[in-house]
Amino acid sequence: MSHLRLLAGRDLMAGPEGLNEHHRRLGPLPAGGPELIDLLTRTGLTGRGGASFPLGLKWRSVATHSRGTAVVVANGAEGEPHSKKDRLLMTARPHLILDGAFLAARAVRAKQVVLYVGEDHHAARQSMSMALAERSEEERRLVRTVASPARYVAGDSSAAAHFANAGIATPTSTPPSPHESGVDGAPTLVQNVESLAHAALIARHGETWYRSAGRRGAAGTLLVTMSGGVAGPGVLEIEAGTTIAEAVEMAGGASEPAGAVLVGGYFGSWVNAQQAWELQLDAAALRTRGLSLGCGVIGVLAKRRCGVCETAGIMRYLAAESSAQCGPCFFGLRALADACSRVAERGSNPDDLHRLHRWANEVSGRGACHHPDGAVMFLQSALKTFSDDFTHHPAHWRAQVPGAKRPA
Amino acid sequence: MKKELHISIDRIKCDGHGLCGEILPELIRLDDWGYPIIAPGPIPEQLMPLAQRAMADCPVLAIALRRTERHKPAAG
Repeated sequence: MSHLRLLAGRDLMAGPEGLNEHHRRLGPLPAGGPELIDLLTRTGLTGRGGASFPLGLKWRSVATHSRGTAVVVANGAEGEPHSKKDRLLMTARPHLILDGAFLAARAVRAKQVVLYVGEDHHAARQSMSMALAERSEEERRLVRTVASPARYVAGDSSAAAHFANAGIATPTSTPPSPHESGVDGAPTLVQNVESLAHAALIARHGETWYRSAGRRGAAGTLLVTMSGGVAGPGVLEIEAGTTIAEAVEMAGGASEPAGAVLVGGYFGSWVNAQQAWELQLDAAALRTRGLSLGCGVIGVLAKRRCGVCETAGIMRYLAAESSAQCGPCFFGLRALADACSRVAERGSNPDDLHRLHRWANEVSGRGACHHPDGAVMFLQSALKTFSDDFTHHPAHWRAQVPGAKRPA
Repeated sequence: MKKELHISIDRIKCDGHGLCGEILPELIRLDDWGYPIIAPGPIPEQLMPLAQRAMADCPVLAIALRRTERHKPAAG
């Protein structure tokens, strides 16, 4: 039997699934209500935007503060460059996401639903608005559609609330968190679109069904984006607990010998390929190894590619994506990216290696949002996984000479 | 119950003026760009007057003394 849940049904490339087909396949939207929060808590479902926060806890917290004024934000910003799963889901199964958003609105007694979709995700935006047009007038009246800027930090929950309020997609200082005071100052539930889609299926089929998928003790399914050195890159729905080796096999296998795997995307961690194959793709299982599922990006780095150079490029990107509000993030990430680039281009030197370690420790935890923390966690994993390469990296021009890769 | 306070910085407001680091170097050092790094833990009793002065003298009012939280709020 197929394990596909979110991606079950018609061919994913055949355009968005309409409301009639959606109802034929899954039946009508159940009533939901506050009991759904208990159900979600029992399933242990965690958020799929990056932070892996339990849905039950988050919904409960918003419901407690709500008094009928709350706002639900369906977060489809998907600013992570390698992630494609949210836009695939929005493009192919928009009604599943709307179901989840309306169920969330009922559970937390919200008066408004904001669809927050990346401005560059054209197909996804079109599919979501077509789907919305098919819904009842009562539902449509709840919804406001907002195009989020194509920036990495735009997907942060406080940035989403800030953008809905003031048209500025930068994170804001906490407290207050969005779940206390977000859109229009109301308690706001910012939930990733994949998480909402899972909630819509759990509301229909229940806990036992949810747990009937999953391997090695993990429950449910999840969407991952396979990228880099695999034969068939793209989005897969896998059972939770599937190993990275199995997921790579599902994506057509490694296209050439792999050196390392980036688990969880740019806020994730580099792991040596040998150790990575055994890792189970499940938020809880990864956390016990000090790793994070993040938004589900699995990037395979071919052995012949240089981890230091890759890391320098990604650090440069993350530094540029700082919203430039907090000094430690704006100056710190730029300095870290510069030091990384110097090692990559001019070769290893003890000063830069020392600075990388010191600054990484200092910058972490000193921003209004988690942008600097994520970038530093990523960098620290690189310093560990590519430790040898960071210590012995040749200057760029020397690397061109055959046999000069590891100068004595 | 004893009231335990810790120094909290609004990182968006903070412009790295650095006065806090001069007033209270025991708990606040400045990084390479002049932004404060706060020592972990509650403010010791004898440093409380200086902590209050650091808070009051911050040119952008980015410092608050908050009761130590038991748990962090949910991240997005």
